[in-house]
Amino acid sequence: MADRMLQVHAERGPGSPRLLGWFGWLGGWLSLCLRPVSVLCLALSLVLSCLLASPAHAGEAQPLADNPEQEARMMAIASELRCLVCQNQTIADSHAGLAIDLRQQIREQLQQGKNEQQIREYMTTRYGNFILYRPPVEGNTVLLWFGPGLLAVGGLGFLWWNLRRRARMSAEAFDPDTPDAPDQA
Amino acid sequence: MKRFLLPLGIFLALAVFLGLGLKHDPREVPSPLIGKPAPAFNLPTLGDAQRSLRKEDMLGKVWMLNVWASWCGACREEHPVLVEFARRNVVPIYGLNYKDERPDGLAWLRAGGNPYVESLFDHDGRIGIDFGVYGVPETFVIDQQGVIRYKQIGPITPEVLRDKIEPLLRQLHG
Repeated sequence: MADRMLQVHAERGPGSPRLLGWFGWLGGWLSLCLRPVSVLCLALSLVLSCLLASPAHAGEAQPLADNPEQEARMMAIASELRCLVCQNQTIADSHAGLAIDLRQQIREQLQQGKNEQQIREYMTTRYGNFILYRPPVEGNTVLLWFGPGLLAVGGLGFLWWNLRRRARMSAEAFDPDTPDAPDQA
Repeated sequence: MKRFLLPLGIFLALAVFLGLGLKHDPREVPSPLIGKPAPAFNLPTLGDAQRSLRKEDMLGKVWMLNVWASWCGACREEHPVLVEFARRNVVPIYGLNYKDERPDGLAWLRAGGNPYVESLFDHDGRIGIDFGVYGVPETFVIDQQGVIRYKQIGPITPEVLRDKIEPLLRQLHG
């Protein structure tokens, strides 16, 4: 995409400040549209690093879990839950007192034979959907789930439409090259 | 001129959304328990380990449950407001002494005054979790039917009493 933009730019003459302004603006738009993608990448790498890192501190304070398999299930559930005290951490990662208590709750409930769905319900009846890092798709989360995709599609669509429009325009529609443009010298 | 309108519009829309976002306090998580029956509890009191209080004991009256702890800094700020409010006898205030040690909790009440009819002693914080407590202090207003009607996250201030809690109490007392 960037190549094509440069190409169009070169064909239309490099000196046009108006064109440059447009491309600056388009670039802003594009980076805005691509933002969800980079956020997604960041989130992915964070999740990956958490997944790789979690076995390292899974061993802390577990009075009830002598059972590594259950501990792994507990951490899997806890890593999908937001810590309410330090809100950018998961319950699996946090050292806050409440997070430790909630991990203990998950352990006990796993021992009682509860499944993940029941444990998540236990958490949401007390703390609401806020505690879920992946909230269900509902009226007030539609934009959260689909907004980034819509923005990306809309931005790319706009870019495509605009490039096509400009390709059809005659050369007179653009400002003439100015003599003091750098590559005219 | 026209070509500036769209970016300007987008800028304004962003500014409005970001500005609104600044007004939200991300630490205030709305409780899903408001309008729902208070969770069941059966806890010993702070003053007397032999005596216990259950949720059923509280039915039939409007009461306030204040979650506090001797280790909690913001409670220190809130405590005089509660002591003063208790003196006015508007509503019985019960305490939930959350993840505290008995001697520490008792010493705190001796030092700062005791606004509570009773304090429940929630040593392991389990009842706190059932109430969705995630930061101390928190305060709940519970009606005659045992339904949670209001939750204050963070310290109670004279403004919160005047603007939120007292109007609600007047309404509940009919």
